[in-house]
Amino acid sequence: MRKRWLELSVGLMIVAGVSALIALALQVSGGNMSRNTQNYAITALFENAAGLGPKAKVTMAGVTVGEVVAVGIDPNALMAQVQMEIYGQVDYLSIDTSASILTSGLLGEKYVGLTVGAEDDVLVDGDVIEDTQSALVLEELIGQFLLNFGDNT
Amino acid sequence: MINFIADLGAIAVGKLVRIGEALLMLLQALVVRPKVSSFSRLIQQLYVVGVQSLIIMLVSALFIGMVLGLQGYTLLSAYGSEQAVGQMVALTLVRELSPVVAALLFAGRAGSALTAEIGLMKATEQLASLEMFGIDPLHRIVAPRFWAGMISLPLLVAIFSLVGIYGGHLVAVDWLGVYSGSYWGNMQQAVDFNEDVLNGMIKAFVFAFLISWTALYQGYSCTPTSQGISAATTRTVVYSSLAILGFDFILTALMFGGTV
Repeated sequence: MRKRWLELSVGLMIVAGVSALIALALQVSGGNMSRNTQNYAITALFENAAGLGPKAKVTMAGVTVGEVVAVGIDPNALMAQVQMEIYGQVDYLSIDTSASILTSGLLGEKYVGLTVGAEDDVLVDGDVIEDTQSALVLEELIGQFLLNFGDNT
Repeated sequence: MINFIADLGAIAVGKLVRIGEALLMLLQALVVRPKVSSFSRLIQQLYVVGVQSLIIMLVSALFIGMVLGLQGYTLLSAYGSEQAVGQMVALTLVRELSPVVAALLFAGRAGSALTAEIGLMKATEQLASLEMFGIDPLHRIVAPRFWAGMISLPLLVAIFSLVGIYGGHLVAVDWLGVYSGSYWGNMQQAVDFNEDVLNGMIKAFVFAFLISWTALYQGYSCTPTSQGISAATTRTVVYSSLAILGFDFILTALMFGGTV
């Protein structure tokens, strides 16, 4: 009887541990798995990628459709090169899609917003988005405002 | 001066020899074909090492989660973003706190007991008499305890994380009135299974290895007197705690250091 109880409690601990891990997978991480093989990569060139970093969200109409993989400099164009990974099921981004760097809230994190165009052809793996709008840099904005203010008086 | 350097060298060589001995002990204990009869000894040890550590883990996980919820709420509500408390609690627990605190508790609760048990077996010459019967004490005594530690600590860490997150939920949502949907929603957005949960589990495995190894070697190699056993037990707790904290930094730097 004692041995039975021992085996029972060990079994219960193992079941509890494994189900805790499953609960962590489902409830806590929401089944988020990085590196889905179905995802495809696209690149966008920005004049200024201020504050954008890896793992930032890529959204379309406010819904997350991918994430930023890397931010670097394109040595030919001397512009910021943002590599993004788009979820495989989002296969309807037209080739004239435009990308802009947005900020959630005044001080919030930076993310990429995509606006789909009218073309019938869609972006595929490795494509580059040409039509981009850079990040809003608060310092430049204030600088411009002060400059205009100075001109007027 | 020369003497000093020679002494330093002697200490270093001595330590290296000890590490080598410990490694050999582990190899000898583990490199063996498992038998059916050894399975019931593993169950026995899983009970002693794992199940009996459950209570202390559950209680401390609950309180740590509650403290995180409370501190996170006070800090974040100053910026009006107390919805992010779920994300903070979950990431802190899953990445750092559960593996480290669970491992420290495990070293104190189970590691010290392992050392004392094996040390006493050595002092009362039980190990020697096993050898007289032609039974290798490394296979009979050390191996099941090692595997029990390797299996139970990761399970305990998973339970620890989950209970801690519910502890945070209890304080932040049920007592302080954060909206339950944003508690879970923000958490699910921020926590990635591979990056956060699995890395935490890798830490748990590394810590389990360090604790079991230290505890078993200290017990197996202790001076077979009452002072020897007490010194070995102290060393187990001190060495494994230091190893846990040191390796935690190294692992964190490897896992999360390059991403930002």
